[in-house]
Amino acid sequence: MSEVILRPNGSIDIMVEAEVINPDILAGKTTSEIEQLIVWQGAKQLPLSEFFDVEGSAGSTAADTKIIVKGDVPRVKHIGHGMKAGEIVIEGSAGMHVGSEMIGGSILVKGNAGSWAGMEMKGGTLHITGNAGDHVGCAYRGSWRGMNGGKILIDGNARSQLGGGMSGGEIHVGGSVENFAGIRMNNGLIVVKGDAIRGVGAQMSGGLFVVSGKIRQLSPGFEYAGTEKNPKVGETVISGEFMKFAGDYAISKTPKGILYASANE
Amino acid sequence: MPGTLAIRNGYVFDPLNEIDGEIKDIFIKDGKIVEDLTGAGLRDAKIIDAHGKTVMPGGVDSHSHVAGAKVNTGRMMCPEDRYKWVTKKSDLTHSGSGNTVPSVYIQGYDYAKMGYTTVFEAAIPPMEARHTHEEMRSTPILDMGGYLVLGNNWFIMRYLKAGDIEKAAAYVAWMMRTHKAYGIKCVNPAGVENWGWGKNVSSLDEPNIHFGITSREVIHGLAEVNEMLGMPMSLHLHANNLGHPGCWEITRDSLDVARDVKVECNMDVEWQKTKIDPERTQSVYLAHAQFNSFGGTSWMDFASGAKGIVDYVNKSDHVVIDNGAVPFGPATVMTGDGPAIHNLYKLTGNKWSNKDIELECGSGILTFNYLKANPVHSVEWAIGLELLLLVNDPWKTILTTDHPNGGPFTKYPQLITWIMSKKAREATLAECHKWAQDRSSLGGIDREMTLYEIAILTRANPARTVGIAHRKGHLGGGANGDVTIYDFDPTKFDVNDYTKVIRGFQNAAYTIKDGGIVAQNGEIISVPHGRTFFSEAHMDDGIEKEMLKDVKEWFKYYTLGFANYPVPDKYLRNPAPVVVNKPLEAIVGR
Ligand SMILES: [Zn+2]
Repeated sequence: MSEVILRPNGSIDIMVEAEVINPDILAGKTTSEIEQLIVWQGAKQLPLSEFFDVEGSAGSTAADTKIIVKGDVPRVKHIGHGMKAGEIVIEGSAGMHVGSEMIGGSILVKGNAGSWAGMEMKGGTLHITGNAGDHVGCAYRGSWRGMNGGKILIDGNARSQLGGGMSGGEIHVGGSVENFAGIRMNNGLIVVKGDAIRGVGAQMSGGLFVVSGKIRQLSPGFEYAGTEKNPKVGETVISGEFMKFAGDYAISKTPKGILYASANE
Repeated sequence: MPGTLAIRNGYVFDPLNEIDGEIKDIFIKDGKIVEDLTGAGLRDAKIIDAHGKTVMPGGVDSHSHVAGAKVNTGRMMCPEDRYKWVTKKSDLTHSGSGNTVPSVYIQGYDYAKMGYTTVFEAAIPPMEARHTHEEMRSTPILDMGGYLVLGNNWFIMRYLKAGDIEKAAAYVAWMMRTHKAYGIKCVNPAGVENWGWGKNVSSLDEPNIHFGITSREVIHGLAEVNEMLGMPMSLHLHANNLGHPGCWEITRDSLDVARDVKVECNMDVEWQKTKIDPERTQSVYLAHAQFNSFGGTSWMDFASGAKGIVDYVNKSDHVVIDNGAVPFGPATVMTGDGPAIHNLYKLTGNKWSNKDIELECGSGILTFNYLKANPVHSVEWAIGLELLLLVNDPWKTILTTDHPNGGPFTKYPQLITWIMSKKAREATLAECHKWAQDRSSLGGIDREMTLYEIAILTRANPARTVGIAHRKGHLGGGANGDVTIYDFDPTKFDVNDYTKVIRGFQNAAYTIKDGGIVAQNGEIISVPHGRTFFSEAHMDDGIEKEMLKDVKEWFKYYTLGFANYPVPDKYLRNPAPVVVNKPLEAIVGR
């Protein structure tokens, strides 16, 4: 696999929109062609080399291309937006919209990610080793068509509206989430190892949501459906004792959403 | 010389002059069509070689929702309709965004790219007229105008109930001048007033709350007022029970209400001589017929009700319809028919907005997505096409999507492929839910429209129907220099090459407005400011004075002051008043 190394070469003032950092776009390009790719900064269009020193060259196909961003880029948005194949590794934190609308391939963020990570994702893997912002794997504002495929792994915490409008795929959060995780989800799987504040699965009509920690305030439209030990979630068994709820009855008369909440917390 | 052009050797389709694909030169001088250009005129003219291309008058859309409060609410409540559809600015053009409800700039550019030069906003709530004019004046390129929503207006209902048709006419004339509006729109007559009380009307003869007036009385009264004044266009009617299974019957009966109303245009304009009479012949123009042609009695036995409407239209001479087709995909439904939208909200649970416009009307907005796999949607698609294909006389039909209700206007090229090619219909039918085949007659229709008929449905007839054919919709001497050149050679035209047909109608080779090229092969070339047409209608002064006393008295029910009600002149950049019922000729108590 050919590697392209992007080294941030200074501090960034207005955020940069860099959806060109994508193996599909870099594939087949030389170092200098990559340097000349255009990114937006506010109302200006500038070459990628304005913000990154480029080393190495891309493979002939996306699948054969690995992009390594050496360092923190919290003010660079849309990295890997819509990518279909290949690999991106960010050795630091990423800005907003990392991996949004991604279709395939993998992104590894060795740090934190801004809001909208994996927004409306359709496939591939997005792994964030730190914390993530709001709207991870969520639908865009105004829409209820969230992530429908692929996998998002967050080792740390995520904020609000994780997996909003989700209709497929999986999200695993090692830490805790805040408000309205899984709002309007109708399919797919969300597992939160830590706690949630409130609104978990609000308006959900399908799908599976597991909270291993504590839910501070359960949504009122869920009905208790018994207690289960070590429930099986897809292929994996989640260890512990869980209260099972069905919902959200606040919206639908026949919701198919299932929410497991730890029986011990 | 700007505005002076010679379009050489194109195949010309000009239905009002009965020109069907003849090779002909079209000349424009100082922005207007002339019979000939000679000497100096020709020397200064820009020459366009239209050899092997199709030449038509500039497109006219007589029913679209592109300006005003509900359109903008549609934009605001749908960020998801914008973020994937963005256009950046160029040296000439403004940036913009939006798919089903684009921003005003994009609307202007996209219409111009498709060869349209004139677009009418089909519903202005009087209280929102200022907002509507703000958007119309900001829309680049297009000549525009709008229809004032009057079917549930308190003053109209009161006058018509009392049988005071002259005061009703005086009120309409004053309202047209006050709000700089072009024609009369009537939405769910008598029903929207009931919606203020959470109710509706479901028949033509049901008196509404408080006013005690029926839909039949409102339709007949407004049609009468329309002809008493001699308005450019006839009443634009959105019939009752819209969107309910079986609504085709009340639609047919509503059309029949205007049968006895004698058509009389009384506009102070210079009529050009065209082969076909450019004056309208209809006393009622049915809006978005598709939504009013539902058959069956419930969603279980839902079917096309197009046949009932088509049979009626085929035997009647006082009706024109626009189809309001459903080309599938995302849409934003927006109408003055608040209860109809509430009904859709209950069916879908989609995002919904509703507004009461005080003494005047109402409105509702809902996001929507028409799917081929959905049985009802697939039948709606079929109804929209049946209505155009089964009405024999193309001079009774107009092609629309009721933008953005059935879908965005940018789907017109797709619609054209379905009415020009049976094969295109069959290909889509095969992808649809089987109800489209089983519960409509579309599969059995062989008709394939010609380029000449397309020219009728997209320019000549909309222009005639809304009374603007004295300057638009044809290529005779004296008409505005609005010409569209499509990159189709009619002698080699293959209706079954849909990609090419769509591409050609989406991006005209040239769109020419007032003799200047505005768009070329999908690119905007110049951005002139369009006109705003409105009816400067008059009625007897004495009656107007009496009427104004009533208006001022009831103005206490408005949340705004009387002085702030009219649209000031400065809201229009290029006002184009059409004098209607010129004062000297106003006859009292005709
Ligand atoms: Zn409409």
